[in-house]
Amino acid sequence: MDIKDIIKPENLVYQKTKLMTDKPLSYCPGCGHGTAHRILMEVIEEMDIQSETIGVAPVGCSVLAYDFMNVDMVGAAHGRAPAVATGIKRCWPEKFVYTYQGDGDLAAIGTAETIHAANRGENITVIFINNGIYGMTGGQMAPTTLEGMKTSTSPYGRDLHSMGNPLKMSELLAQLPGVHYVTRQSVHSPRNVRRAKKAIRAAFEVQKANKGFSLVEIVSNCNSGWKLEPVPANEWMEENMFPYYPLGDIKVDGKLIVNQ
Amino acid sequence: MTEEIIIAGFGGQGVLSMGKILAYSGIMQNQEVSWFPSYGPEMRGGTANVTVILSDERISSPILHLYDTAILLNQQSLDKFEQSVKPGGVLLYDNNGITRHPERKDIQVFLVQAADASAKMESTKTFNMVVLGAYLKIKPIVELASVYKGLEKSIPKRYSHLLEPNKKAIEEGQKIVKKV
Amino acid sequence: MKELRLMKGNEAVAEGAIRAGTDGYFGYPITPQSEVMEYLMAEQPEKRTGMVVLQAESEVASINMVYGAASTGKRVMTSSSSPGISLMQEGISYCAGAELPCLVVNVVRGGPGLGTIQPSQADYFQSVKGGGHGDYRLIVLAPASVQEMFDFVFLGYDLAFKYRNPILILSDGLIGQMMEKVELCEQRPRNTVFDPSWTLTGKTPDRERNIITSLDLDASQQEKHNQHLQEKYRKAEAEEVRYEELQTEDADYLFVAYGSSARICQKAIQLGREKGIKIGLLRPITLWPFPKKPLAAIAPRLKGILSVEQSAGQMIEDVKLSVGCGIRVEHYGRMGGMIPSPEEVLENFEKLFIKK
Repeated sequence: MDIKDIIKPENLVYQKTKLMTDKPLSYCPGCGHGTAHRILMEVIEEMDIQSETIGVAPVGCSVLAYDFMNVDMVGAAHGRAPAVATGIKRCWPEKFVYTYQGDGDLAAIGTAETIHAANRGENITVIFINNGIYGMTGGQMAPTTLEGMKTSTSPYGRDLHSMGNPLKMSELLAQLPGVHYVTRQSVHSPRNVRRAKKAIRAAFEVQKANKGFSLVEIVSNCNSGWKLEPVPANEWMEENMFPYYPLGDIKVDGKLIVNQ
Repeated sequence: MTEEIIIAGFGGQGVLSMGKILAYSGIMQNQEVSWFPSYGPEMRGGTANVTVILSDERISSPILHLYDTAILLNQQSLDKFEQSVKPGGVLLYDNNGITRHPERKDIQVFLVQAADASAKMESTKTFNMVVLGAYLKIKPIVELASVYKGLEKSIPKRYSHLLEPNKKAIEEGQKIVKKV
Repeated sequence: MKELRLMKGNEAVAEGAIRAGTDGYFGYPITPQSEVMEYLMAEQPEKRTGMVVLQAESEVASINMVYGAASTGKRVMTSSSSPGISLMQEGISYCAGAELPCLVVNVVRGGPGLGTIQPSQADYFQSVKGGGHGDYRLIVLAPASVQEMFDFVFLGYDLAFKYRNPILILSDGLIGQMMEKVELCEQRPRNTVFDPSWTLTGKTPDRERNIITSLDLDASQQEKHNQHLQEKYRKAEAEEVRYEELQTEDADYLFVAYGSSARICQKAIQLGREKGIKIGLLRPITLWPFPKKPLAAIAPRLKGILSVEQSAGQMIEDVKLSVGCGIRVEHYGRMGGMIPSPEEVLENFEKLFIKK
């Protein structure tokens, strides 16, 4: 079989969604952002809602998300994505509106906007990438940084007494009546990618059914910030992040899932 | 014609709404009007005052230092604004709770015992309308018909039963006002 | 038939917002401008025009809601008072950088810090010289009456969409809280057409995706964007200067004052003329762009200029820049929420210019 046979359409087993642009991703090799972007765009393609979707990019590693996502997008100020999304959704209730935010954006500087958009039951979808660190600015401590975890601003490890506790935003938000769907996923293995994509689809279906706030947290790696190679970074994530940020549904159909 | 008025008293005496009804009445007669209140926490239980201007011409400053008329309804207001009446101008006051009465000789001082009068009426809340009636007796700058129209405009529909008592209060004020 | 109402300045802004076809208002309570949202909520404009009114969790959220809605081409606005406007500065800078049309109303109170709730004009520098970070300008409209509070909402939107730029209505507690007669105009329809060249309404097959951002990491591109913004501002300077002259024809002296101070000065001028002192008034209606040329044109005929502001003297810098060194320019003002009376303005003018 030479190359001409291989590229025949009938041999095609996978292709990049047209909702991802051709621009090469600017993320570090091994980073989960690329996969998260792709499955989000695949969901929008599969639902055939590109022409009805407006996305909000954050400040953080995914500040340039609009370079890669082929939908109408606006770049928000740091932490303000849920407010920006609220403004859009209130004026265009029939459109699909999502934010894509990291842990610094959503859980530190933008906590007020996040909680209040959730509490108002804004009918938007939030994709929350939690890697426990500030990636873009060079590996500083995030609100989600684990106890004892070394970052450039906690070089001796996060000390809970002086630096506070890692914040479980999803569990916190799930308590609010306006929140309809909260789940925590990862994208570090094919099985988890499939689950995460299903979760994103479920979140957009919540929005389609006008049921309120939906949030998909994706616990992800930051091999650069964690100073690990991609494979060990994923192993470290399984061993350390998942026990504190367990994967699975937290709130479905407006009901808290017990035994979390 | 331009009439520059300050109305001052306790919060709750209806100082601001009296000014508002005057302003409404001016609009009914196609006059230019302005109404500027003291606002904020000082209004809650403290003193309240409002500057009202009615004029046939475009109104310049809504803030004044001297007034054609001062309607002063407690001691603090009397102490603060007696000197702000233009020479030859009008000072109207209620002597209820007043220990130091107006002293100026170069202005016309009028008394209206509105607190007493309104206590005898259906509702003490008509106090400010007794005062308004008194003022309009001294300076009939707007017609009573316009005032009644203004009242209708400014009283919410659910309180429309208060229209008559307020009219009566205005009439009462016209009767009992006297020059000091 | 004319529709006349007795309204507070803040209420006039709110009614103007509905009638100007606003799609969304996002705000947060603060004295002395809370009547704007109170009026809107009571009016239920969603029933009148479909307009959205939302009480946000903060001024920061308010301006970012405005930013989001404006990026879709909707007619949107917010209002606040000084401390709240300070909180919004980041968002306003983003709106200017991303070239989003929107309306911000500042009913100024005394500062600095939490200051007071009484009227002030001490936010002039913040309004006309920047406020937020970066090289940007807002077109700043200064209403001097309740009627103008109403009218400038319409004018504000026209300018906002003409220039794709945030517009600031710089009012103060006096204009916001006072009541005057307002002539209301007909309802203007809400936007139904959205410019496909930039608005976010969902990417359709017939066009590329639209992106609203103020970010460009390539400095040379960012410089080009800045040059584009500056061209826009030069055009506004050429076309949008608005001002009013009163009794300047025979004036020996000139007051320069905007907003509530201009009203106070009108009376001071009248008192001065009764004494035989010929004073005129130039009232800037746009504080940016500032009426430099009209001021420069009158200056040679004058013996002196008094800039009257409820501040320590901010606008006076623009007055001086406009008229050069050939004429004496002085400032008179009160601070921290104190309002000067017309008599006080005249007395201080006389001290400075006549009794020497």
